[in-house]
Amino acid sequence: MTTRDANDMLVLKGISKRYGGVKALQDVDFSCGRGRVHAVLGENGAGKSTLIKIISGVVQPDEGSMTLDGSAVSFRSPAAANDAGIVCIFQELSLMPDLTVADNISISSPPRKFGLIDAKAQRHRAEELLATIGCEDVNPLMRIRDLPLSRRQMVEIAKALGKKPKILILDEATSALTSSDVEKVYAMLARLKAEGVAILYISHRMHEIEALADDASVFRNGRHIETFKKGARSNDEIVQLMIGREISAHFPPKPAYEIRKPLLEIRNLSWENRLHDVSLSVGRGEIVGLGGLDGQGQKELLLSMFGVLKRVSGDVLIDGVPQKLNSPIAAKSAGGGIALVPEDRKTEGLMLPMSIAENLVIASLDELSSGIFVDEAKVSNAVADAIQRLKIKIGSPDDAVSTLSGGNQQKVVIAKWLMTRPDVILLNDPTRGIDVGTKQEIYRLLRELANEGAAILFYSTDYDELIGSCDRVAILYDGRIISELQGDAINEKNIVAASLNIAGQKSEGGAHVGH
Amino acid sequence: MSATKQSDLGLRIRQNMGFSIAVLLFVIVYFLYHLAHPKGFSSQVLVQNSNEVFSLAMLAMAQTVPVLLGGLDLSVGAVMTLVDCLASHLLEGAGPSVGFGIIACLFAGALAGFVNGCVVVFGRIQPIIATLATGAVYMGLALFLRPIPGGKINEDINWAMTNALGDFAETVGIFEDGKAAWFQPIAGVPTALVLLIIVALVTWVPFRRSVTGRTVYAIGSAEGAAFMSGLNIAGGKLAAFTLAGLFAGIGGIFMAIQTSSGNADIPMAGAYTLSSIASVVIGGTSLLGGTGGAIGSIFGTLILKVISFNFRVFDIAPLLQPLFEGLVLLAAVSLGALSILRVKNQLELFR
Repeated sequence: MTTRDANDMLVLKGISKRYGGVKALQDVDFSCGRGRVHAVLGENGAGKSTLIKIISGVVQPDEGSMTLDGSAVSFRSPAAANDAGIVCIFQELSLMPDLTVADNISISSPPRKFGLIDAKAQRHRAEELLATIGCEDVNPLMRIRDLPLSRRQMVEIAKALGKKPKILILDEATSALTSSDVEKVYAMLARLKAEGVAILYISHRMHEIEALADDASVFRNGRHIETFKKGARSNDEIVQLMIGREISAHFPPKPAYEIRKPLLEIRNLSWENRLHDVSLSVGRGEIVGLGGLDGQGQKELLLSMFGVLKRVSGDVLIDGVPQKLNSPIAAKSAGGGIALVPEDRKTEGLMLPMSIAENLVIASLDELSSGIFVDEAKVSNAVADAIQRLKIKIGSPDDAVSTLSGGNQQKVVIAKWLMTRPDVILLNDPTRGIDVGTKQEIYRLLRELANEGAAILFYSTDYDELIGSCDRVAILYDGRIISELQGDAINEKNIVAASLNIAGQKSEGGAHVGH
Repeated sequence: MSATKQSDLGLRIRQNMGFSIAVLLFVIVYFLYHLAHPKGFSSQVLVQNSNEVFSLAMLAMAQTVPVLLGGLDLSVGAVMTLVDCLASHLLEGAGPSVGFGIIACLFAGALAGFVNGCVVVFGRIQPIIATLATGAVYMGLALFLRPIPGGKINEDINWAMTNALGDFAETVGIFEDGKAAWFQPIAGVPTALVLLIIVALVTWVPFRRSVTGRTVYAIGSAEGAAFMSGLNIAGGKLAAFTLAGLFAGIGGIFMAIQTSSGNADIPMAGAYTLSSIASVVIGGTSLLGGTGGAIGSIFGTLILKVISFNFRVFDIAPLLQPLFEGLVLLAAVSLGALSILRVKNQLELFR
């Protein structure tokens, strides 16, 4: 269904990419044209970022071919793609914090004199490039480390422009910018467009896409679904194209929705510019999901409740009692206890070289000790209980936890926290990279824990999970809760629409839109 | 935090706070030293101090380069000792053979550094443990060359290098044997000091401004981002360790010339290595990599040494010296750690 014409600059044919057993991209045909802004749309995991990584040489496709200006190309590295004129502005900044702005902008090919870097010319170049995006207020001699995030993003853009791109890829490049910067970036994009540069634009902000894009392509489940010209599709139709994932797991039955007395109450929580005035409550026996596109403040919300973030404003109450959460130690003993299953099990969840048994008891050593010594008898009982309850498949509890599969490692992390018998359980995307069977066990376990009286707050990047296992879902956008869905309103259409902050989806089946 | 345009000078001073403090501290303490010294502000004292400082200053420069990468080089003292022992064999004669010997010694130092770099890059071993091992090997080679202290250095070189410029000119026979009228104002400047400045100017300054040097800073700052920017990571690391070896080698040559012998002294090599790390930190280079420079490390060495000079002139119990050096080091490290107070996500402290 791809539209093709002689103007096409970059053409992808039959591109596929797998990561282990996961098909990130399947048989994708895609093209983008000279002097056009092409938006790429899709949910989390739809294949957008894999597409960009392939085009910009970060990963290599398993199958398929790419042609640039009519000749076949394949890029071994980002540097090779840069040389061909394909430049990507990544979401994760590629700047070196200890080097100056000027150093960073010219890092891959600095101006030289007598073989040495010409500091004056380099500075001049940085000033020129910064001026083209209206960023004259940044002194090129400043270190990146000393710049606020919004300025760093502008430097990143200037660095990309310095490579004289033929194809410029912006991956959520405006997410950290202030609105006046966004205007400047728009103006810069318009100029590049007029010069014939092809622009690939990935953004979750529909109004940006409406303002900028000439064409848009929708991806879903690693497939290219459709490409259409600006205005050819309504917002409703776009959402419809984006949803429709295959359900791959079964969920335990949900109880009928009832309004519960809140156990965990979050009031007006704000942190830096990542969380704004977030208020949310979770009742005893309730599973509340956090949804929205990646990076909208969900992780920060969980971290702030576990005492990891400093200088958080707002209140967290458990059973009506305000809690002072300034460290994980405080969070562990706050109210009936808070537990956090962290984002990265390998660095934040487990001590990989230590044994399974040692990992299981590490958060509850106080209860398992008599005096200053760990009580081995209590420990082995507790370990046996945990292994049995979560059906962790192990050889011996004394094996290193690194010998387990990803799913079983995650079970160890969850079991470790269940041992502390927490009243409030926070989970940060706990099923990422885990097999379907283990996922189902985790869903069942969460429901059991809720039925036993825990309050569960559950962030997931997988919408199916939110739909299948949550009693209520709060959607975050730009650090704010933009919508709370409950009952039948928790469906993919509402979640996607709210994640993209498209107005007009409210009040369907009882959804209630905050802010 | 506002991003209002700031003046270049203000920026440079703020960005080089550690370095500026080191320079200021040195100037003050050294001035006090000369005031208290009976022969203060004389060429004789200056020469003596320069000779004492030179080898450690070289090791501090050597240590700086791997530290900028985010690693530590525990072999710099051993490389210096190895080259010291080699020089005690090669610099005995006269004329061209001495020139050849010096080149061979420089090459040996650079080679030892290059081997360190290969172990780190191709063996994928952390610098600290790689250089602990290679350092022991180099020490072994040094002992093989000089099982007992000995050897001899050309006396002219010894005299020329460890005195003032006037003596150098006289020995080499230039500037009317150092008697030229225009030459007199600088005839009292220590040769070692001039050599130190020359080495810094012809090696460090160009390195700092080369693409390779930039790569070294980039690796120490964010290795992933450096890789993604298409920089030559392996090349940068190899160059860094090779340069470290070269600096350590220069230190070794001077040590041989100064003592007119070779001595494979294991405790001394260890003490020099530790002092080189202290110099780097005091000079404002971050042990995490990415910021600082060799010039700062030279001033770090000067501060360490001037402390011991002051112990001599002020007649303080020498036993207190390690305590005092430790406190200065602690203060320097604390200054560098101030930024931790600004971290708002405690998880970042562990990354």
